[in-house]
Amino acid sequence: MKKRIVFIIILIIASFLSIMLGAQDFSLREALVIGSADYQLLIYSRIPRLLAVLVTGAGLSISGKIMQTMTGNRFVSPTTAGTMEWCRLGILLSILFFGGQSMMTKMMFAFIIALFGSLLFVQLLQKIPLKSPVMVPLIGLMLGNVVSSLTAYISFRYDLVQNISSWLQGNFSLVVKGRYELLYLGIPFVILAYLYAKKFTIAGMGESFAKNLGLNYRLITIIGFVIVAFLASIITVSVGSIAFLGLIIPNIVSIYYGDDLKHTLFDTALLGGTFLLFCDILSRIIVYPYEISVNVIVSVLGGAIFLFLLFQKNKEGGTV
Amino acid sequence: MIKTRGLTKAYGNKKVVDDISITIPKNKLIAFVGSNGAGKSTLLSLIGRILDRSSGECHIDEKEVKEWSNRDLAKRLSILSQTNHLNIRLTVHELVQFGRFPYSQGRLTKEDDKKVAEAISYMGIDAIKDRYLDELSGGQRQMAYIAMLLAQDTEYVFLDEPLNNLDMKHSVQIMKILTKMVKELGKTVMVVIHDINFVSCYADYIIAMKDGKIVANGPREEVMNPQMLQKVFGMEIKVEEIGGNNICLYYT
Amino acid sequence: MRPKRISKEKKCILILVLIVAILCFLFLFLGLTTKNINYFFPRRLRKVLAVFLASYCVGYSAVSFQTITNNKILTPSIIGLDSLYLFLQTLIVFFFGQAGASKLTGLPNYLLSIGLMVLCSFFLFLGMLKGNSKNLYFMVLAGTIFGGLFSGLASFMQALMDPNEFSHVQGKMFASFNQMNTDLLFISIAIVVVIAIVARRDFSKLNALGLGQAGAISLGVPYRRTVFRTLMYIAILTAVSTALVGPITFLGILVVSIARNLVSTYRHEIRVPVAVLLGALALLGGLFFVERILHHSTQISVVINFIGGCYFIYLMLKEGKS
Repeated sequence: MKKRIVFIIILIIASFLSIMLGAQDFSLREALVIGSADYQLLIYSRIPRLLAVLVTGAGLSISGKIMQTMTGNRFVSPTTAGTMEWCRLGILLSILFFGGQSMMTKMMFAFIIALFGSLLFVQLLQKIPLKSPVMVPLIGLMLGNVVSSLTAYISFRYDLVQNISSWLQGNFSLVVKGRYELLYLGIPFVILAYLYAKKFTIAGMGESFAKNLGLNYRLITIIGFVIVAFLASIITVSVGSIAFLGLIIPNIVSIYYGDDLKHTLFDTALLGGTFLLFCDILSRIIVYPYEISVNVIVSVLGGAIFLFLLFQKNKEGGTV
Repeated sequence: MIKTRGLTKAYGNKKVVDDISITIPKNKLIAFVGSNGAGKSTLLSLIGRILDRSSGECHIDEKEVKEWSNRDLAKRLSILSQTNHLNIRLTVHELVQFGRFPYSQGRLTKEDDKKVAEAISYMGIDAIKDRYLDELSGGQRQMAYIAMLLAQDTEYVFLDEPLNNLDMKHSVQIMKILTKMVKELGKTVMVVIHDINFVSCYADYIIAMKDGKIVANGPREEVMNPQMLQKVFGMEIKVEEIGGNNICLYYT
Repeated sequence: MRPKRISKEKKCILILVLIVAILCFLFLFLGLTTKNINYFFPRRLRKVLAVFLASYCVGYSAVSFQTITNNKILTPSIIGLDSLYLFLQTLIVFFFGQAGASKLTGLPNYLLSIGLMVLCSFFLFLGMLKGNSKNLYFMVLAGTIFGGLFSGLASFMQALMDPNEFSHVQGKMFASFNQMNTDLLFISIAIVVVIAIVARRDFSKLNALGLGQAGAISLGVPYRRTVFRTLMYIAILTAVSTALVGPITFLGILVVSIARNLVSTYRHEIRVPVAVLLGALALLGGLFFVERILHHSTQISVVINFIGGCYFIYLMLKEGKS
């Protein structure tokens, strides 16, 4: 509980910092005057960025946590289910077909493709005997491979390799009003994840365990993946992929709080949001006034912190 | 002979096995008893070197466990741990063949094949030897694992709760085989058992643990009395003689 | 042993050998004339050799890695061995500059990369397996994080490089059988053959690892040493194949999963050859398809991932119906 309060305080301070920080001069007093230049900056750039970072951090961590709990495998993340690959394909197709349209149109289209892909994945799962929970990510990986090769082929043909990779770099500097609102769609799914949290934990304990408690195992599994797919698609399409986040945050949380989603989902979201915000601030400071990809900061910093925690735990001799 | 001095296993500050010095007699069926979390399985795993100790010494036949070569020790000591979930699909016969690994490193000789066949018939599981383990009942699977230990043909045989989830018939069958292994084959069998009446009827020697320490240690007759049992389990247990065996009554 | 199952496994290997042989033949001789034989034949032969080399590296690594981690979706790429390789390459260019790096081509660069890679993985694995961390979850997770760290650091340095230097590094990021140095090919073959021979001796220990950590230790398998040694073999093989033809770990998950579907045995004497043959089949088929039918309009990884992935999903669906 104490840790939670500390994290909330850190989050508030970091949010404030995030708003104040940027290449352009900015003063909060000026910004309170409606219509001033600083006000515009606040509304059109700084606040959207803050919100985007928080939703992304929380969303990716939650979906990673759900995936790991349900499959009982700590090495899966939202990427493992192939969602990112579908997003990439969606983005490619939207560049191909809607090149001249507005950003929002392209993003909506990419999102629809990603959803379609996720539904196809779920459909496949229905037809395949799930002998072990490992099968789910394995099939996701394979489907993802197929899709990404398709994407690679098309983008190579039309010389769009660079466009796609630059879109998916995991970059918040492009987040401005009109380019991030899709992220709001993620909120209902976060709520849904909360409502189903207990059931996901039970599903993670195995089919017979779940059935014994009167749960529809298949249905719960599918709902879980649909939530993960939605969150991951929305985020990837809006800000790019920050794959590592969905892997390490859930693992850190489970070291300290265990695996009962009902209790850990809030901490997961909180930690994910705070951590990503911190990384985002760093990515703006290090080569100020330029920015480096937040993806890099997440993997370097997150990796280092995580390793430290892991070795610490390991020294104590506990089973991690 | 197995001898430990100051054997300790700690997780953080919690000592699961706390400074145990004990000499374990040879050629006996030795039962480890105690409540859940008393440290029985951990002690067995430490001596059986599948768990690293935090401190202390452990000698097997006058030689420190760490000084034994893995292969030679595997010809002297075998251990069957509690969780035997396999990720690979094996037939009973293939599993039992693994018992010969310390001798032939996977390339079975005629001698090995003979030992494997003997082990299978000793356990009376010829009929199921070509079936896959995951198709068998819990009792049959346990018989197959014990056949593997037999094929490994070690002087010391450790079993961690071999009767877990088994029916009475299989439990009795397994205990009888373990007794036979001691009497006929001259082995030293160490086994963690929860059902105190199986201990009372089959074990020769009892080591009772509580909170990581040994509270009682001696031939069956010395330990199987209400005072000792009260000390070990923290509950009132009556002991009555029925048909020549001491039977514990604790169903109050 | 039931004779029926043995024959099924043998049959599977036989069929695979046959297909690979036919593919080899097609790849080597199709379109050869007396005029171009001197030009094409040695090149093609070299490619075929490189294919076998790479498929052994990938096949062995993927199968043995899944055995030691007891996890069916992991391949060595998760502990970032190929990221480590790219990171080292980036490091070389970063410190020596493009001029220095281009001097460092051929043998010196090759030996330096492999040496560094072996050194790094040695300390990495040593650290991971030290203390009471017999815990595989810990080890693999730490490896995963290191992998992420390396690729993060590499892309950070790449971002700081000038475009010319970057393009030098970029050339090493994709699998390619076209630009190979013949000297390197023969050294690589020597290294891989040596590893293959010593690794073969551990197959029985890997088989026993299938019984789990406790089971294997009880049978006298020196658990930590075996795992460490296997990881080192994997590191060397990954370094060799990456240095020669670029990152091809994408193949790993494919061959190991399909191999498991074709032969469900625990025995590495069978699993490794099947995975290697599948790898050779995929690479040869992929090369043939890309070079002769698509006329180099895409990369080989695209073709292999597409066809292989579809095949795997088809296998799973078929299993669902029966």
